[in-house]
Amino acid sequence: MPKLTLDDLAKIREKTKRLTTIRVGGEYRAKVCVHMGTCGIAAGARTIMNALMKELEEREIHDVLLTNSGCAGLCSREPMATVEVAGQAPVKYVDLTEKKIKEIFEKHVLGGKIVQEYALGIGSEKTDY
Amino acid sequence: MEDLSLHILDIAENSIEAQATTIEIRLEENRRQDLLTLEIIDNGRGMDKKMVKQAADPFVTTKKTRRVGLGLPLLAEAARAANGRLDLESKPGKGTRVRATFQLSHIDLKPIGDIAQTLITLIVGYPAVDIVYVHKVNDSECRLDTKEIKSQLDGVPLQSPEVLKIIRTHIKEGLDQFKEAK
Repeated sequence: MPKLTLDDLAKIREKTKRLTTIRVGGEYRAKVCVHMGTCGIAAGARTIMNALMKELEEREIHDVLLTNSGCAGLCSREPMATVEVAGQAPVKYVDLTEKKIKEIFEKHVLGGKIVQEYALGIGSEKTDY
Repeated sequence: MEDLSLHILDIAENSIEAQATTIEIRLEENRRQDLLTLEIIDNGRGMDKKMVKQAADPFVTTKKTRRVGLGLPLLAEAARAANGRLDLESKPGKGTRVRATFQLSHIDLKPIGDIAQTLITLIVGYPAVDIVYVHKVNDSECRLDTKEIKSQLDGVPLQSPEVLKIIRTHIKEGLDQFKEAK
């Protein structure tokens, strides 16, 4: 693989070292987990993951942790992602697209406000009295 | 799965599930023999003989969230459709090697797809796992080893925006150049 030189990496290392030391101890403002089972991958989870990486890159965000996980058992609602803002309950988002995850990133991950219309389990049942 | 790069991501997820710390992905295009070979080799917990036999059965899975396991059966089907086959070798405690072969010129061979996206997804999603990627076309080879990148970064996380950007563009450019040169 050409071009990725040791110099490039050394430069980044110097530039980001300062930022990383702030973060030691795992102080993330939020965690985003993309479900990457066979079902998720077939439905487009990789696109979701890459859209999130682009958001981190373009907005230069250092305190959001991006992870993958396996199948959560809701294969028909993939692609799915779980957003966990520090100190709050995790929220699962379903039937994702690149557009939806960008909106979720902006509103929930950065803004702290759950995007209810894309979340799992809201408005799916009615209670009859 | 639309293309082979998605199959690769899927099979590598199995390796991660099996607690592999190193995953080697090898893609070899041998145009003289009209043969494409994909290998995914991990050092995960491995499988015993019985499990190896069952692994290609879609109704067998180790997962508890659902009752079907389609990753390997789908890859086996993709290989069969292109006049190839799937082979599994595994030893408990040692690891697993998945090998799929395809006829390169076969009309039903799936496109290779976006390898860069697959690699970066694995690299960022599982920073503790080392990924080695080797792509061979006839006699020339291109290689990526995350161990080398990580040792240079000296503790700076792979998820830093700066690192992400440089790794993404370099993997993509590197692969594109390699493809063009061929």
